[in-house]
Amino acid sequence: MLRMILALSAVALAFFHTVTVHAQATARAVTKKGFVQCGVSTGLAGFSQPDSKGEWRGIDVDLCRALAAALFGDARKVRYTPLTAQQRFTALQSGEIDILSRNTSWTIARDAGLGINFVGVNYYDGQGFMVPKKRNIKTATQLNGAAVCVQPGTTTELNLADYFRAKTMKFKPVVIEKLEEVLNAYFAGRCDVYTTDVSGLIAARASRATKAADHVILPEVISKEPLGPAVRHGDDHWFDLVKWSLFAMIDAEELGLTSNNIQQQAKNANPVVQRFAGASGEFGKMLGADRRWAYNIIKQVGSYGESFDRNLTPLGVDRGFNKLWNQGGLMYAPPLR
Amino acid sequence: MFPGAGRGHGSKALPDRRLRCLAWQTGVAVSAILVAWYLASNAAGNLLDLGVASGFDFLLREAGFEIGESTFLSYNAADTYLRALSVGFLNTVRVASLAIVLSTLLGTYVGLARLSNNWLLAKLAAAYVETIRNVPLVVQLFFIYVLITENLPPPGEALNPIAGVFLSNRGIAFPILALGTPVRLDYPHLSGFDFTGGGSLSPEFATLLLGLAFYTAAFIAEIVRAGLLAVERGQLEAGYSSGLPHAQVMRFIVVPQALRAIVPPLTSQYLNCTKNSSLAVAIGYPDLVSIANTTINQTGQAIEGFTIIIVVYLAISLTTSGVMNWYNRRFALRGNRP
Repeated sequence: MLRMILALSAVALAFFHTVTVHAQATARAVTKKGFVQCGVSTGLAGFSQPDSKGEWRGIDVDLCRALAAALFGDARKVRYTPLTAQQRFTALQSGEIDILSRNTSWTIARDAGLGINFVGVNYYDGQGFMVPKKRNIKTATQLNGAAVCVQPGTTTELNLADYFRAKTMKFKPVVIEKLEEVLNAYFAGRCDVYTTDVSGLIAARASRATKAADHVILPEVISKEPLGPAVRHGDDHWFDLVKWSLFAMIDAEELGLTSNNIQQQAKNANPVVQRFAGASGEFGKMLGADRRWAYNIIKQVGSYGESFDRNLTPLGVDRGFNKLWNQGGLMYAPPLR
Repeated sequence: MFPGAGRGHGSKALPDRRLRCLAWQTGVAVSAILVAWYLASNAAGNLLDLGVASGFDFLLREAGFEIGESTFLSYNAADTYLRALSVGFLNTVRVASLAIVLSTLLGTYVGLARLSNNWLLAKLAAAYVETIRNVPLVVQLFFIYVLITENLPPPGEALNPIAGVFLSNRGIAFPILALGTPVRLDYPHLSGFDFTGGGSLSPEFATLLLGLAFYTAAFIAEIVRAGLLAVERGQLEAGYSSGLPHAQVMRFIVVPQALRAIVPPLTSQYLNCTKNSSLAVAIGYPDLVSIANTTINQTGQAIEGFTIIIVVYLAISLTTSGVMNWYNRRFALRGNRP
């Protein structure tokens, strides 16, 4: 019902409002209301999920906090809107949220067709399959005729169909909207297989299985899923601000800056660190933010590596592709200069 | 107007009033059209500004996703969005029409049971109505779904209550008549992950059908009870005193009069039943709304998607109430109410 109301209100917004898109409009509106409205998932461990105190945690959440730290100097100035896979783009298009930071795959159809811009990648993922261990399935090619639990409105649903078509195998999708319910169906045995991004499989196994070892993730990774935040078309300034909030976290890891040492390091004579901490250069001004924007991000939220270690490592997620470029991974941010 | 209150005035006032009415109606129609035009053009302009695609061209593009069950139309991921939506529409019609039939039968029975002289039966019927009517339907759906998927065994250990019928957490598989020469029964058999051959009902379909039927039946029971109670007691007594047996009193005297009171509210229940079938999305039955939601998300065209949903539900509802009104008129004309 909530989904329906949100989607309908978004449609209503499209009808009634004259959408104004001009330079700096988003940042000005955000500054005026005093917080960043951040679109997150309805609860995916490691990416965005409320903890036992009701505080949102995860690498997607950290990105919104970084944005608030850059803009307000205070990472707490964020409000969260939990969105299902289907609500997310409408919520962004209609202005319900200022940034979509919700484990969303960057694809051409979304980037070019939905009036939104992907900012970058904060997690390189791929789609995989999870099966109960006792079924003794070793590879995805043994899945002909299986019932597959999947969430609707995702690239997952399309990749799944593509994969089985390419292998001329059949499957029966069980398409359930809420993550909670789709996992219930899988763990109750309604489906033989659960499919989503591998990170999601690991998170589900860690947080929902009675015994994590009873479920295996098959070796096949059937797609590229670069997950990252997105903003609305038409406000390049906001686009830059979000983009560099992400880059600052990645660059900080490369420079060895952490929330613990940045205060100390800011006194370092190294010109790269000096620029990062805002002691020299005019980057804050260029972004329309405080000169210590990057310092605030790292001081209050931490580097990309810290965020990863805090949120994903405890679930048993390996850095894998998400290592820094100079450590054999894909994480590479343009330099702050 | 008072009849005969000055003919001279009346003949003059009448064209005036007609003119005023006409002016009003034209005014209302024109402003409605203007508002609709404004909304449509503003939305189109906004979408253009945002760089969001619009229009219905997407209907003929390849859908690319699979659908769990399709009874009347063959479908695969290479088919168009139009075909996918048609599958959803037929799935909605399938579950809603069966639920309407089942709920009418069950509701009538429960309604009669509430009026029964058997104390236990009457109380049980009352308990049924009050429980089902006062719990949200979506909660009941989740409950039934969990019952089915958690309690039934996997296909490999399926229950086999009657030869050829298998109950598992994949649903119920049963033999069907295979046409051909000679006509024979096609039995389901386990192969790989699931049963193949024969016919089958998925847990999602069964959940939605049962949930809708139970829920709507509770309301129908009350309508039936109210309809029967609306027939004056004198009518019954007159029937009995003319020596008719109970069954005939009911058939020829009570039911025809009760139906007049029953049919109009029954129509709304049928419409509700159809609209409630859109809760399918919660438990994973691929109805129209579920498919349209996926379509909206894959294409990003929310306005078009919702327009399709609205138009289709409107068409189904208008057809249902059209049929029911026709039926109602037939009954209204037949009786000779004083």
